[in-house]
Amino acid sequence: MTWVLDNLDLIAALTLEHLRQCLLPILLGFVLAIPLGWVAFRFRLTRGLVLTVTGLLYTIPSLALFAILPTVLGIRFLSEANLVIALTIYAVAIMARSISDALGSVDPAVRQAATAVGYGPWRRFWTVEFPLAGPVILAGLRVAAVSTIALATVGILIGVENLGYLFTNGLQRRIIPEVFAGVIAVMLVALVIDALLVLAGRLLMPWAPRRTAGRRRRLALRLGEAA
Amino acid sequence: MNLFADAIAWIFAPERLEGSVSLPLAIGQHLAYTFVSVVVAALVAVPLGWAIGHTGRGREVAVAVSGAARAVPSFGLLVLLVLIFGVLHKPEAAVVSFVLLAIPSILAGAYSGFEAIDRRVIDAGRAMGMTEWQILWRIEVPLGLPLLIGGLRSATLQVVATVTIAAYINLGGVGYFIIQGVPLRDFTQILGGALVVVALALVLDGLFAVLQHLVVPRGVSAGRTPDVRATPTRRRAVVEPATE
Repeated sequence: MTWVLDNLDLIAALTLEHLRQCLLPILLGFVLAIPLGWVAFRFRLTRGLVLTVTGLLYTIPSLALFAILPTVLGIRFLSEANLVIALTIYAVAIMARSISDALGSVDPAVRQAATAVGYGPWRRFWTVEFPLAGPVILAGLRVAAVSTIALATVGILIGVENLGYLFTNGLQRRIIPEVFAGVIAVMLVALVIDALLVLAGRLLMPWAPRRTAGRRRRLALRLGEAA
Repeated sequence: MNLFADAIAWIFAPERLEGSVSLPLAIGQHLAYTFVSVVVAALVAVPLGWAIGHTGRGREVAVAVSGAARAVPSFGLLVLLVLIFGVLHKPEAAVVSFVLLAIPSILAGAYSGFEAIDRRVIDAGRAMGMTEWQILWRIEVPLGLPLLIGGLRSATLQVVATVTIAAYINLGGVGYFIIQGVPLRDFTQILGGALVVVALALVLDGLFAVLQHLVVPRGVSAGRTPDVRATPTRRRAVVEPATE
């Protein structure tokens, strides 16, 4: 406990650093997953392709992905870019599937009604389908955000300092409270971001049912987890 | 792409069969840790998940646990347990952390497999005079099996990934080549190790995918709607379409 109190500023600095590294992958993953999820939802042919490829990417263990990305993209192995790109790939893999499922959850009758009253495909997507798919998309976004935050700690193995630093440093110095503080800090950051996403969802989608637990559970099960 | 050729040459080089850490030994360790951890986790989580799914009691707890588990950094949990157990009990500490990480997915797979079953099927069983035990073993378990296998699949992949990271605490496994290659700046070895890990994960994932298709009872797969978009608003299918 004294270790934690003596090192609050270190923990705070690492937390901010951690958040900074996670925000880009979460946002970028969300933006990239929208067209991918749409393509997977809309065409039978691309559905199998997109879902298989994202599923396989999600299967790759993080440490292996860190090792493969530099070779494919020509970036440095020990670099923040490597971590951010890897995290983005996982986020896209989670969200492409959930956005495709979310679009599939929109009542076809509503889609047809929108077409019937003269909505073009572009306007129909953004003003009818996307908002109605919102609650399920949010569920996927929450899963992606929380997993990204937990997964980012592995970055310390490729020399990127964030809350994962407390794990390696604590192991070398054999300070249990340091490692414990790291685990708790990561979980708190994930919890806060998750709560903020729920709050944002309530503000942006006041029409959405409050309880989407059933959908989230099923989604979570399909997505599983990566480490 | 030359690097990939080098890495593949590294994998199949005769030296991989020699030395204190040979590649087949590392793969064997990796698989052994994964297998033991998933089996232990399943022994805990499957009966618990089935009990929750059958009675409907304790569902909120299970949902909360599997939700919170996603926020746990696996690397942090591993290091924490190693320090708590002491350096002499590293393998035990590691297996406990793998088991803890595998439980939530399996638990979720077990109970949601039961929940996805159309209540009318269970009521029909009860109306025919089946005992609770018969309902469990002859209706719920077979119909819930695809989702349970899905849970085991996620858990296995998570453990494979965490065993890779566990090389950092000198546990062996294929991650050893990646971790050990970093200070040596031996990128051929790093990439070679990574490719082996990926192959391992993909093969296990593929095996589970096949298994997931095989366990769908024949009557159910015949009535299953193949495309999500084609399903009516009120689902008629008995189980959720299995993950592909």
